[in-house]
Amino acid sequence: MSETVGTVDATGGIRTVPRAGWHVGTVTATNRETPNASRLELEVDGWPGNAPGQHLDVRLTAPDGYTATRSYSIASSGDSTRVVLAVDKLPDGEVSPFLVDELREGDMLEVHGPLGAFFVWRPGAEPRPVQLIAGGSGVVPLYAIANARAEAGDETPFRLLYSVRTPDDVYFARELEALAGTSDPLRLDLVYTRRAPDGWPTPPGRITREVLEAAVVPAAEHPLVYVCGSTGFVERVADWLVGYGHDARSIRTERYGGT
Amino acid sequence: MSFITRGFSGRSRERDERLPPGQTLVHDFPVLSAGPTPDIDTADWEFTVRTESGATSWNWDEFMSLKIDDVNTDIHCVTHWSKLGTSWRGVSLDTIFEHVETELDYVMAHSYGGYTTNVPLDELLDGKAWVAFEFDGEPLDPEHGGPARLLVPHLYFWKSAKWVRGLEMMSSDEPGFWEQNGYHIHGDPWKEERYW
Repeated sequence: MSETVGTVDATGGIRTVPRAGWHVGTVTATNRETPNASRLELEVDGWPGNAPGQHLDVRLTAPDGYTATRSYSIASSGDSTRVVLAVDKLPDGEVSPFLVDELREGDMLEVHGPLGAFFVWRPGAEPRPVQLIAGGSGVVPLYAIANARAEAGDETPFRLLYSVRTPDDVYFARELEALAGTSDPLRLDLVYTRRAPDGWPTPPGRITREVLEAAVVPAAEHPLVYVCGSTGFVERVADWLVGYGHDARSIRTERYGGT
Repeated sequence: MSFITRGFSGRSRERDERLPPGQTLVHDFPVLSAGPTPDIDTADWEFTVRTESGATSWNWDEFMSLKIDDVNTDIHCVTHWSKLGTSWRGVSLDTIFEHVETELDYVMAHSYGGYTTNVPLDELLDGKAWVAFEFDGEPLDPEHGGPARLLVPHLYFWKSAKWVRGLEMMSSDEPGFWEQNGYHIHGDPWKEERYW
């Protein structure tokens, strides 16, 4: 990573993230990730790399100069100038339908980043187990974190609890399955809210307190917890975690808004 | 370096002059927090201003007996949304600082839950900032910072610290939580002071 800046986090540790700036990304691939989302691969000129869990801004400009800017989590990490996004199409969205349905290989996008130095995890930074909790497309930065751990051969105990509507809506399905099948596996717990696979042991439904407690690293093991999803999901889950004795300062949250 | 994005036309053709650059108008009220929402009972709530000479505190009832302002203002979040014409009730920082003597020019706001954010004092006075406890005629929801949050609407909304419990006077402008984690030290939405 070329240029970095140091920050002190809430626990007093020093870490560095690459400095944010404007860059031009060229779309090298766009593929359906789920029926409602696309995976975009960008080659970003001058991208300084990014930490697992960071995000970026995408700015679109219309012929008359009108611009629209939105933030997206990054599914990739490390020094590479290849940046992977997975974008969920919002029903009344202005930017996400364009990115999901219109964007083609060879198109260019303005991006600003990498952004955010709090909702990140680095291999070897802290010797604490990690619990990832995702609702829907909130899995994107958590996938980046889980994948970074695997790529580094890091042995930190990791669990991912992933709440998703149906089996078709799982992001990074093959990649997560592979991470769960390694010798030092990511422990993956899926909760289906609308439709479960045939033979799934439990009927579909939203995460309950009991499911959460059973699938999460116990508070006694002092895990670092990352929660990402809709505001309602994050509020509910974070409240329950605090109720189960998790230290509020060990719970990092990120939400996608309604826009 | 801006260039036209192939195939993008955008939805809105009318640009509201009240929207700073890079912002999109929303009608809901998105939430941005770094951690869980703290549960604070007004019976336990206290607001303290710490200066070079000591501390001044108010409990909830004492705070409610201060002069209360109705505030109608636009708010702008660094994550690119703005809300126009929001209505709040709260105590002006001018009122609070009538009770405080200090020679120091910078403020660190402290929140229940550990959040901090820095603002120069002159950006909080002269009708520019409040400690707000009502939104849209209702007590402020915990997820939006209730029982009380700082309201500094001329800066990006992360400066409007949720769950505020006090102000600490400082001799220099030290970065708070988000300011250490990638956000701009000042945060003027009209200058797009988003990130450093």
